[in-house]
Amino acid sequence: MNDLVNEKTLVELSTLAALPFEPEKSKATLDALNEVLALVAQMQTVDISDVAPLAHPLEQYQSLRADSVTENIDSNALSHNAPLYEAGLYFVPKVIE
Amino acid sequence: MNLTFATLADLQNSLRNREISATELTQYYLARIDALDPALNSFISIHTEAALDAATRADKAFARGDVRPLTGIPIAQKDIFCLQGHRTTAGSKMLANFIAPYTATCSQKLADAGAITLGKTNMDEFAMGSSNENSYFGAVHNPWDHDLIPGGSSGGSAAAVAAGLCAASTGTDTGGSIRQPAAMCGLTGLKPTYGRISRWGMIAFASSLDQAGPMARTAQDAAILLEHMAGHDPRDSTSLNEPVPRFSEGLGGSIKGLRIGVCQEFFTEGLDPAVERTIRDALAVYESLGATLVDVSLPHTPYSISAYYVIAPAECSANLARFDGIRYGHRCLDPENLQDLYQRSRGEGFGEEVKKRILVGTFALSAGYFDAFYHRAQKIRRLIKEDFVKAFENVDIIAGPTAPTPAFALGEKASNPVEMYLQDIFTISASLAGVPAMSIPAGLANGLPVGLQLIGNYRQEGTLLQAAHQFQQETPWHTLTPPEAL
Repeated sequence: MNDLVNEKTLVELSTLAALPFEPEKSKATLDALNEVLALVAQMQTVDISDVAPLAHPLEQYQSLRADSVTENIDSNALSHNAPLYEAGLYFVPKVIE
Repeated sequence: MNLTFATLADLQNSLRNREISATELTQYYLARIDALDPALNSFISIHTEAALDAATRADKAFARGDVRPLTGIPIAQKDIFCLQGHRTTAGSKMLANFIAPYTATCSQKLADAGAITLGKTNMDEFAMGSSNENSYFGAVHNPWDHDLIPGGSSGGSAAAVAAGLCAASTGTDTGGSIRQPAAMCGLTGLKPTYGRISRWGMIAFASSLDQAGPMARTAQDAAILLEHMAGHDPRDSTSLNEPVPRFSEGLGGSIKGLRIGVCQEFFTEGLDPAVERTIRDALAVYESLGATLVDVSLPHTPYSISAYYVIAPAECSANLARFDGIRYGHRCLDPENLQDLYQRSRGEGFGEEVKKRILVGTFALSAGYFDAFYHRAQKIRRLIKEDFVKAFENVDIIAGPTAPTPAFALGEKASNPVEMYLQDIFTISASLAGVPAMSIPAGLANGLPVGLQLIGNYRQEGTLLQAAHQFQQETPWHTLTPPEAL
């Protein structure tokens, strides 16, 4: 089976996944991805005509709840985990010049 | 009583009879962790102060006669469960300093029942692995032989219980992560029906597969833990809204007439001959107890690995998108812009296996490949489920090996990821179908524990536990302890 992922695809996938594309690791990453996809390719031989996809093992639908606030977590407790947080704000690099 | 390898049930009696105090018991395990864990690396965090405080409260509760089912029982928790105020890492550099702002429902239920948490156990990063070699905090060593892996991803939980560092532990199982390490460390581990235990506060890997469960010495202990972990939780919309049976009260009955399906697809080429002999011997024990062995087929089992390695990475790529280096988790230094912040924070914070699975999942969900991969995998998932539904028309449980081999050497499969993935060939199909399954000690192969996997129909954890308990009344395998842990 031909490799499904080449370097160009890997660059696109890395961008989509918000992961860095590392040229020095590109060969190893490509080999690893294509190895998994070759394993996965075994399922292409299964006859799936007239089979509906299974989203939930017990065929249950997720329950709906009222659109109201049910959790109150202290924002101070959350802020301790933020790498850069000040005066109630999460800091990010400048987005608009 | 030998405290080191005492069952949870024995400890309940000793505590209630005031033969030992919760403080003495907690101190005993903390001392063992201190002495033995440097060689095992089974814990990421040890909660000495909090555990001793909880033990003091437990002793006061005993003094006033306010005894709950697990009062004073010291357990460990996989470091995937959020415990408020405590570091919760999921075995990742990404969360190396994350302090949980709330407590997972199932951990809270255990605390409400009186259990004492000694600490958080090591695991493959975000539960992705079968050997516990993918942890940012280092590999875990198998108590039976420190050169071997303990299984994964709940390898720290398995090693801690097997080495007598705690009475029992929690684990999670997405494709075999409770059952396989239980098999490799000689324990009893149970993955319940999907939805039986709330996933709220359990760091997500693949949400349609993830299930928490107990890891213990005996089926009785697993039953006791399960009935205090399970139950409907409105915070988890996939949680089963059904009453929880008293699993520990239904263990004593005979299994005469129990129909046990022997699945031909579980006795394949890659199965170690010594493991197969052990499993066949275990099946003979069941026959001697009056059970009937029935040949069954789960014809789509060979495709379970393929479907799993599309569905689980697809879900992980979505779940792990939340780690952006802004609200919590690792953040890179001096980002040039927002995209650079995202990419370098994630690149530095995630390990290689996690990044690989995120990329595989991103590929499987991308335009042009969605139908051929994700959609197809979900259809094969239905075929796998239908295999089980059909098999359970004729049998009560299905039995076979948990893993194709006993524990293997650290590093042995590191360069062959596909061989590592095949470790889960017998466990993944039950995960995809969402049926309950457990591993119990079935004997030794080359001096190492072998796990017998028992798979049940939906919601039939009670039948599994009863079958496991009756096996353990007839065999000594669950009482064997690792020579290096004494």
